[in-house]
Parts: sequence; structure tokens; C-alpha cells
Amino acid sequence: MSDVALPRGYAAAAPAGERIHRGEALAAWLLTAPAVLAFVLMLLIPTAAVVAIAFTDYELGAPALRFVGLANFAELMEDRGFVTSFRNTAFFVAVTTPVSIIGGLMLALLIESGTRGRTFFRAVFFLPVVSLMVAMATAFQYMFHPTIGPVNAALRGLGIVGPNWLGSSDSVMWTLAIIGVWEQIGFNMVLFLAGLTAIPRDLYAAAEVDGVRSAWSRFWTVTWPLLGPTSLFVLTITMIRSLRVFDIVATLTQGGPNKASEVLLYTMYTEGFTFFRMGYSAAITVVFLGAVVVLMLLQTRVLDRRVHYG
Amino acid sequence: MTPSSPHDKSLIADLPRLVLLSVLGLIFLMPYIWMISVSLKPLDEVWRASMSLIPQTFAFEKNYGRVLSEVPIGRYLLNGVIVCFGILVFQLAFALPAGYALAKLNFRGRETLFAFVMLGLLIPAHVPAIPLYIAFAQTGILNTYAALIAPSTISVFAIFMFRQFFRAMPDELIHAARMDGLGEWSIVWRIIVPNAWPAATAFAIFSVVAHWNDLFWPLIAVSGKGELATPALGVIYFRTEEAGDDFGALMAAATITTIPLVAAFLLAQRRFIEGITMTGLKG
Repeated sequence: MSDVALPRGYAAAAPAGERIHRGEALAAWLLTAPAVLAFVLMLLIPTAAVVAIAFTDYELGAPALRFVGLANFAELMEDRGFVTSFRNTAFFVAVTTPVSIIGGLMLALLIESGTRGRTFFRAVFFLPVVSLMVAMATAFQYMFHPTIGPVNAALRGLGIVGPNWLGSSDSVMWTLAIIGVWEQIGFNMVLFLAGLTAIPRDLYAAAEVDGVRSAWSRFWTVTWPLLGPTSLFVLTITMIRSLRVFDIVATLTQGGPNKASEVLLYTMYTEGFTFFRMGYSAAITVVFLGAVVVLMLLQTRVLDRRVHYG
Repeated sequence: MTPSSPHDKSLIADLPRLVLLSVLGLIFLMPYIWMISVSLKPLDEVWRASMSLIPQTFAFEKNYGRVLSEVPIGRYLLNGVIVCFGILVFQLAFALPAGYALAKLNFRGRETLFAFVMLGLLIPAHVPAIPLYIAFAQTGILNTYAALIAPSTISVFAIFMFRQFFRAMPDELIHAARMDGLGEWSIVWRIIVPNAWPAATAFAIFSVVAHWNDLFWPLIAVSGKGELATPALGVIYFRTEEAGDDFGALMAAATITTIPLVAAFLLAQRRFIEGITMTGLKG
């Protein structure tokens, strides 16, 4: 069977073909060996290890470790800090995902509906994707500063007393979500732009003949159904990106004030690398990995069937 | 051609769209505009909370001078370049041959290897951090370039992407090379690598953007006010240890560390967008 892939001249001479085939297998293993080695050392073993550590009470520097079963996970459920962290992450995903997807789609439609300034505006909205988020976060820290920040200065001009955006536990997650949307919207816009370009022009003409006249109904009868696969892809990766929120929390709030902006990866970071409670931190990592895998499977298993057009 | 085709709009008809896009664009650019504006303002003007973007007195030298004199910002940028380049070289050296073998060679275990690649795609880079940190701490390589580079040397996504790319390449090219007596290594270096430039460029852009901007792993692998800080770490050090509430100097540091990638993006916009969206799967 495997001879099929060999050129006809070789396949005719069976012993030569056999030799070539074995040579090919050897070459294949040599070519993949460095990648396999790095994969096993840097990804496979550490991932297996993190799952194993999650079932122990390992602390860095402690003389011994003990197998504790599900104790870390039981502690997570009781830990108010972790529950807050989980809830905050869910909130962040729930706000940034729809806003940055709908916003990205609207920007893409707006840019696509004319010819002027396409490249320029695409660049403007894409800029956050290539910007150093730590640096941009400090710019947001200034903008949202309660007394000297331009956002509250503008609100004062309108006679409104602005909130202490990042400094109050009521508004801090909303403020982070605004920054999250700013960070992600351009990426989604570019994906939708690619999806829009792939829609055949004559479908719009056909819809016109069938009496679809307004831009509104044109969107719902042609554009939106044909964007199905793009939207699904955008949905999954946006949720996973939001789930990984870390930089802006580490830069701006360190989980504060009063744990009001703890998120999964930041809690995992402080437990593991500030308090060195490796077992507990590993358990948080497992929860995080579980959430990512569930979202990935959701895409391939459930949603994929509904939006695929062969 | 439909009457609603976007191509025959007059400027007047297009005006609402342009105005709306401009307003939204301006809102989007606000962080950049304020960052640059504040980086040019003296401290007392910053604290006066005025809405004016143009400084009354320019404090360019004071703010940028403070960054340059108090932290080795040039060193941080150089570290960013070394780490990004080191990571990219290893990623390509590992993933290009592996992607080729998975796409074009017949060998036992190929399906198993590919299954592991697909499995690897599910695992975010944050997951192996704890065991890697423990292993690096015990072997004493924390606070080295190796610690910053090693965990990212393998990109499962790159293997996947190059496999897809090479599968689309005609078999005849490789067969012809074999007929000419080229070994598999020479085929990889003389036929595959030169033909893989489009995919390699796209991946390179994605990789550099991801690692230049990464904070999570550098924060773990490098401690103290080390000489090894990447640009992202450098901004954090500068803020917590030097600048504090000196927004002028802080914005100067932010501007300096943001400029390299943004400038590269503006120069090669289309390649950047292609590279990042083509590889966006991994995010």
C-alpha cells in the first residue's frame, strides 16, 4: 500500500523500492527527531507533570510531597479568592467576546462597504494587535486615572462625576473588559474582512432579483449565513483569548482592589510563583486547561454541524 | 453589477461612512495619542489634568532622558530581539523538517505523531509553566537567555501549519530531486526550505509579535531587576521601581518599547495582517 506514493520507476523494482522505503522512514525519523524531543521535553512531560502535581501538596523548597487526591480541587471550591477569580474570568469572557465579535463585524462591514480609506482604517483598528500590551496598559492607566485622566476630565466637562475606573471594585472588571475589547476587536475585524471577501458578488445580485432590497435584509439573507464558518472560528478563538487574560491584570491591578480583579491565570501565577504553592497552582492550571479544551471541543463537536456549508 | 455595488459611490454618498470610521478610529487611537502627548509633558502639566494634547513646554529631553539614564532600556530592547530571534530560529529548525516529513514522507508512526501534534494544539503555553519552572530552578538555568527561549522552541502550531503548506506542494518536485540523487537532507535544505518562504514569513511575524509582547513567561523565568528583562518586563520594572507616578517618564518608556513593532507593522502592513490572521488559530 505504501508503495503507492513512490514513483513508478522505483515501484517496479521491488528490492530497490523496499530499500528506498526504509531509507525514507529513517529520514522521516531523523527529520522529526528534534521536534519530537523538544515536544516531549517542553510540552508533553510538563503538561503531564502539571496534572500530576495538581494531586499533591508540593511546595517549592518543601522537603517532601504527599499525594492528596482531590484535596486541592476541594480547596479551590471553598476558596473565596478562587471563586471570585473564576467568576471574574467568566465575566471578562462574557463581556469581551460578544462586544469584540459584533464590533469587529460592524467595523468590517463598514470598511468593506466603500472603497476609500480601506487600508488606512484597517491599519488603525489592527494597531492594538501588534502593540506591546504592557506599555499600552500604562497608557490606559493614565487615561482612566480618576483625577488627572482625560476620560474623567471629559466626563467632568459634561457635568458627570466619573468613577475610579481601575481603583474601585465595582468598576475594575468593566474597565479591564473595555481594554480587552480594544485589544481584540481589530483582530476579529480582519478575520471578518477575509470572510466577507470570500462571499461571491453574484449572490448579492441574485438576492436583489429575488426582491431583497434593503441593506438590512441583504445582510441577514446573504452575508450573515455565509459568514457562518468565519463567525464560529472567531467565536472560539475570541473566547480562548479572553480566557487567557493576564497582561493587563498583572500590569494594572495585580488582582486588586481587594481581589476584585483576580482572574484565573493571575491567581495561578501568584499562588505558584509568589507563594510557591505549586500543588494548588497546578490545580488552577488544570481548571484553566479544562476550560480551554471544552471550548475547543465545543467548536468541533456541537457548533460545527450547524454552520457548515459543503 | 448591482446598484448597491460599493464601487460607484460618490464622495458625498460615502461621507457618512468616512466620518463614522474617522470618529471610531480616533477613539481607538486615543491611548497612543495620549501616550505620546504625556511623554512630552513636564510633570506639573500632567498633574494639572488639562485636556490639551499639545504640551505648553516640551519635556522631551527630561522624560526620555530619565528613561535612558535610569534603566538600560536599550538593553531591554536588545534582549527582546535576542529572545525573539532565538525562539524563531529554533521553532523553524524544528518545525520545518518535521512538517515536511509529516506531509510528504511515508513512515510508520506518522499518524501517531500527527495525533500528538493535534493534541499539542489544545495546550496553551501557560499550562507547562509550573513544571518547567521547577525543572529550570533545579538545573540552575533560571535568569538566563536559555530559560527565556527554551520553552517556546517547539511550536506545535508551526509543525501543523508547515505540514498543511507542504501537502499542497506538488510531489513531482520532490520525486525529481530524488531522481537526481539528492538525499532527504539536501531535499529539505535545497527544495523545501526555499519554497517555504511565504509560510515561514507569515509564521515569523506571528511568532515575533507573540513573544515580543509576552509577559507571562518572562515574569516567571527572570527575577529581580535583572539585565535579562524583555521590553514588557522592562516597562514593569521601570514603573514599580523608578517612575511610580511620573507619568511623563512612564509614557516615554511605553512609547520606546511600543515603537519597534508598530513601526515594522506600518512598513509591512499587509504581510503583518496576513501573517497574524493566517496563524491566528493559536492566538
